[in-house]
Amino acid sequence: MKKKLNPYAGAMAPYTLWAALFILVPLAFIAYYAFTDNDFRFTTEHFVRFFTAKSTITEGGVDREVYTYLLIFWRSLKLAIISTAICLLLGYPVAYIMSRAQEQTQKLLMTLIMIPMWMNFLIRTYAWMTILQDKGIFNNLIGLLNLGPVHIIGTETAVIIGMVYDYFPYMVLPLYSIMAKMDEKLLEAARDLGCGSLSVLRRVVFPLSLPGVISGITMVLIPSISTFYISQKLGNGKFFLIGDAIEGQYVANNLHFAAAMAFILMVILLAAMTLVKYITTRYVYGGEQ
Amino acid sequence: MKLSAKIYTGIILAFLFAPIVVMLIYSFNEAKSLSVYSGFSLRWYKELLRDRNTLNAVKNTLILAFSAMAISTIMGTAAAVGINKIRRRWYRTVMNTVTDIPMTNPDIITGISLMLMFVFMGRLFGAANSLSFWTMLIAHVTFCLPYVILQVLPKLQQMDDSLREAAMDLGCPPFKAFIKAELPEIMPGIITGAIMAFTMSLDDFVISHFTAGAGFETLPIRIYSMTKKTVTPEMYALATIIFFVTMSLLIISNLVDNDDNRRLKESKKKQKEK
Repeated sequence: MKKKLNPYAGAMAPYTLWAALFILVPLAFIAYYAFTDNDFRFTTEHFVRFFTAKSTITEGGVDREVYTYLLIFWRSLKLAIISTAICLLLGYPVAYIMSRAQEQTQKLLMTLIMIPMWMNFLIRTYAWMTILQDKGIFNNLIGLLNLGPVHIIGTETAVIIGMVYDYFPYMVLPLYSIMAKMDEKLLEAARDLGCGSLSVLRRVVFPLSLPGVISGITMVLIPSISTFYISQKLGNGKFFLIGDAIEGQYVANNLHFAAAMAFILMVILLAAMTLVKYITTRYVYGGEQ
Repeated sequence: MKLSAKIYTGIILAFLFAPIVVMLIYSFNEAKSLSVYSGFSLRWYKELLRDRNTLNAVKNTLILAFSAMAISTIMGTAAAVGINKIRRRWYRTVMNTVTDIPMTNPDIITGISLMLMFVFMGRLFGAANSLSFWTMLIAHVTFCLPYVILQVLPKLQQMDDSLREAAMDLGCPPFKAFIKAELPEIMPGIITGAIMAFTMSLDDFVISHFTAGAGFETLPIRIYSMTKKTVTPEMYALATIIFFVTMSLLIISNLVDNDDNRRLKESKKKQKEK
């Protein structure tokens, strides 16, 4: 009998072609641009520039020489880790409270937490700028309570507030979906066996929620490490992040250097994800999976 | 819920809603300020309707979002049907991993990678400006596809394969059997996927920023250039409208999904009773 063409392979063919052309090939182009100069000859100069370029910054009237891009990268990493930690600390109780509430309340809270994501990212960030300004809404409000104006805009704190706000739902979502599946009977059993509330949390709830914690961390860390715009608006452009640096090089039409920085970002994220995956399979699932 | 839990949730929600409330209130501000409220007025909504550039951007955004939605929904649904039938494990893993890439990669990487390829191809064919509506459409279809696939695939997995077999036993040719027996079953997944694709495209800034041509401005790009200068409440008026449009779309998609889940539960119950 003549072998017929599999109709399912046929249905998938356009997507397979599309994914190869527009997902995989473009990624190869990042590597290609990163290792070539303007005439497409092989070079490592962009990486040398990334790791060795120096500039002077003035801090408190004192000039200091720093590694330009390493400092930017370090700052992105630092702010992203702080924001992720705050998201986890604030989001964990929310997810827990939600998962133990009545079904109707759970649905309502879920919708409420998702709503801010339906507002354009640029406008969310801009709205925070008007709230946090020196003569902005926040300072007017605490002024009514006779509390002195606080200077937030243009500090690292403002950038962190922006990141936490923008990516908070990404933390709560995976945490909640894991905790909602948790059997209430397990918690009851722990209490019956004499566990205090804190002990239940530490010995039962937390270990069970670990997969959610890990996916929450990755879902917040990745966008916050690569973000741009937030620091341009809330940090008054003083705290350049790696995303801003890449965008800046793109706008200045330095595509090869932009590609090199994107390449470094990609490699580091890939390494981090592999590490997270290794730790999860090794310690959370006990080597299975 | 305990009182302490209520207070805590309240504080978090206040934090989450602060910018939205600010946006809503100041879009009706009489004055030009974004931090001093001087009275209710529809002034900025009126100005918005007179702003040619913004209206043009609305039109562009809708054209792009509808095209991206149509292409990614058809291609994504077909892809899901194919992926669902893959038996070899390594093949399935490869397809799933590739599908995951646009979702797990930071937007800036997706944007840069597509831009580099478009620019390179443009140079190759000697085009002066290679970025256009078409490059943007390709980019939008690319990041919408995984969302469609991930909505349709579970519906296919839940489905009873004997439905299609029965249709074919009764003399339906395979394609007709798919249309008559399978398609209605996975329709809720397709609709949710399509709506998700539409809203993702509507809202995207980062990838559009890197792949947009000079002559084609979408709303998020327009908002970006607006925030580079002094911003008037007109931008908030615009944002308020977009916000409510997106919200109603997502509520519709939720209703479709809930309806489907209820139907599923009921049919399972009936099967048990038999």
